[in-house]
Amino acid sequence: MLQFIRLGFFLALRQVRRASKWTTGLIIFVMTLTFLNLVVVPGILVGLIEGAVSANKEYYTSDILISTLEKKNYIEQSPLIENIIRSMPETLAVSPRYLSSGTVEANYKEASKEEEIDSAGAPFVGIDPIGEDDLTGISGFVVEGEYLAPGDYDQILLGSYLLTEYFPVETASFPTLDNVKVGDKVRISIGEIKREVTVKGIVKSKVDELSYRVYFVDTQFRDLIGRNDYNVGEISVRLKEGVDPNVFKEALLRSGVGEYARVQTFEDAQPKFLKDIKDTFALLGNMISSIGLIVASITIFIVIFINAITRRKFIGILKGIGISGRTIEASYVFQSFFYAACGSVIGILVLYLFLEPFFLAHPINFPFSDGILVAPLNSTAIKILILVVTTIIAGYIPARMIVRRNTLDSILGRN
Amino acid sequence: MPLIQVTDLIKTFKDGEKETRVLKGIDFAANEGEWISIMGRSGAGKSTFMYLMSLLDEATSGEIYLFGKDTHSMNAQEKTGFRLNELGYVFQDYALLPDLTALENVAVPLMMQGKYKSEAYKEAKKSLEIVGLGTRLNNLPSQLSGGEQQRTSIARALAHKPKILFADEPTANLDNESSETVMKLFQEVHKQGQTIIMVTHEETFSKFSERVVTLDDGKIISDKPAS
Repeated sequence: MLQFIRLGFFLALRQVRRASKWTTGLIIFVMTLTFLNLVVVPGILVGLIEGAVSANKEYYTSDILISTLEKKNYIEQSPLIENIIRSMPETLAVSPRYLSSGTVEANYKEASKEEEIDSAGAPFVGIDPIGEDDLTGISGFVVEGEYLAPGDYDQILLGSYLLTEYFPVETASFPTLDNVKVGDKVRISIGEIKREVTVKGIVKSKVDELSYRVYFVDTQFRDLIGRNDYNVGEISVRLKEGVDPNVFKEALLRSGVGEYARVQTFEDAQPKFLKDIKDTFALLGNMISSIGLIVASITIFIVIFINAITRRKFIGILKGIGISGRTIEASYVFQSFFYAACGSVIGILVLYLFLEPFFLAHPINFPFSDGILVAPLNSTAIKILILVVTTIIAGYIPARMIVRRNTLDSILGRN
Repeated sequence: MPLIQVTDLIKTFKDGEKETRVLKGIDFAANEGEWISIMGRSGAGKSTFMYLMSLLDEATSGEIYLFGKDTHSMNAQEKTGFRLNELGYVFQDYALLPDLTALENVAVPLMMQGKYKSEAYKEAKKSLEIVGLGTRLNNLPSQLSGGEQQRTSIARALAHKPKILFADEPTANLDNESSETVMKLFQEVHKQGQTIIMVTHEETFSKFSERVVTLDDGKIISDKPAS
C-alpha cells in the first residue's frame, strides 16, 4: 500500500543526490530567500512598531503605569499607593511623577509686547532624578547639557520637541522655541506662578512622551504646584523578571488602588495608534510576503516543470516498466519538500543565529523608533508550513501534468 | 488458450486532419514459451504492433487478450500493474534511468512490486550476475558500454520473471559482439520457457527465434517458422 511512498522517496533521493549541485544549490538559495522574505519583511515592519512599543515601555510606562482617574489632576492617596507598591515583593523600582501643564517662554526679556514672546506649552513633570533614571534611564537621552541632580533648583530639562532646532515643524497648535540653548534662562508659567529657570539639558528620545516634556526636580516642583500632600500625577513601576504585569495589576486593583487611580499594564497604556499601526504593518508585511510566496511557488513550479519535461522520457520509461503514476508524482513531491525544507532550515539558521541578534544589537534607525526584527517561533513555524505546503503543491502540479501524458509518447519523445 | 490473442487490430495516427492507418486489421496469436520475431521494412508497423500488444499504447480498434484477459476493459492503473507483474521490456535505446546505478535500475520494478529494498537488491544483483554484470552493479548507465546497458535492460526486464518479454530492436544500437551476447541471453532464458516477442529488421537475429511474423503496410504478410 505504501510502497509508492517508499519508492517515490527512493527515486527522489537518487535524483536529488545525482542532480547538478549548482542547480540544487540555486533552488535551495531561492527557497532560503523566499523563507527570509516571508519572515523578515513582516518581521521588520512589525519590529518597526514593536521598537516603538518596547521603547515606550522601557523609557516611559515601564511594566505598570498608574495614572489619574478621569477629571482628576492627581492621584489621591499617592503616598499610600506608593507604599503598597513598594511593599509588594514583585516590585523592582518605582518612580512617582508630579504632573502639571505649563508654558515655557524664551525671549521674554527682549520682547516689547506680550504677543512677541516666544512661548510653548508643555506638560511639566517633577521627578526624583535618581529614581527616574533607575527606572527609565532618562539620563541617557540628554543630548545636550547635563541631567538633573537631586539638589538642583530652578534648573530644568527641556524636551527636544519644544525646540525649533530639534523639531523644525512649527504649527499654531504646536509652537516651538527658537534659539534656546543649554545654559539659557527661560521663564516658566504654571497657572499664576512665573519663574525664571535655567535650561540644564535637552532630552531627545523617539518616545514622544519624553521629548515634549519639561523636567523639574520633584522637591521644587511640588512646591511650585502646591502639592504638599505628595499626591503625584503618575507612577511607573518596574517589575522583577518573569512577573506577569497583568497579575500585578490585578493584585493592585484587589488592594483598592483602582478607587484612586487608573492602573494599566504597559500594553494597556500603549497609544491606540501604535496598536493600529502594528496591525496594519503586520497585514502589509503579510501582503508583501504573500507576493514572495507566489513568486517562490512559480519558481518551484517552473523548476519542477522543466525538470519533469526534460525527464519526460524517463517518466515514460518508469510508467512503461510498471511504476505507478502516483509513485512518480510522490518522487517530485519529495523533491519539492526537500528544497523547501533545506531552504527553511538554512533560513532559520540565518534568521535566529544572525539576523535577529544583529537587529537586536543594531536596531534600524527609523525616525520614530529603533526597529528590531520580530520573528516569534510560532509564527515562523506557521510560515514554514505555508512555504512547505505551497512548494509541495507547486511541485506536484507539473509532475502530475507530465505523468498524465501518454506513456509511449513520453518514451518516444512524441508530442 | 494462447498467451496473446489479437483480433482485427487497427491503429490510426491523426495529425490534424490527416489520418494515417499504420495497422490495418491484424489477427495474431502467440502461445506460451514461443519466441517470435516480428519483421518488416521500416514503417511496416512492427514496433506499433508490439507496443499495442505490450499495453504501452492504445489501439484504435480491435481486441487484444493477454492470458485470456481482455485488455480493452483495463484502466490505466490496471495496465500499469499488468506491465509491472506480467510483462518485461527491452528497448532499442536501453531505456535505463540515468540517475540510478545498474543495480538500482533493476531493483526499481521489484520495489514497486512491494519488495523491501534489501530483497529487491538481492534479486537485482542475481539478475545482473546472470547477464554477466556482477562486477558493474554500482555503475551509472553513463559508465557502461552500449552492450552493458542493454544487458542491464534485459536484467531489469527479466528480474521480476515476466510471462512475456517484449524486445524492440534490442540489437539495433549494438556492435556484432554485443548483439551476439544479447541473443545468447535470449536463447538461454527462452530455453527455460520464457515467451519472447522480438521486433527486429535483421534476419540474422530472427533466426534465433522459432517463428517469424512479417508485416508490410500494416498487415501480416507471412507467419512461418524461422528458417
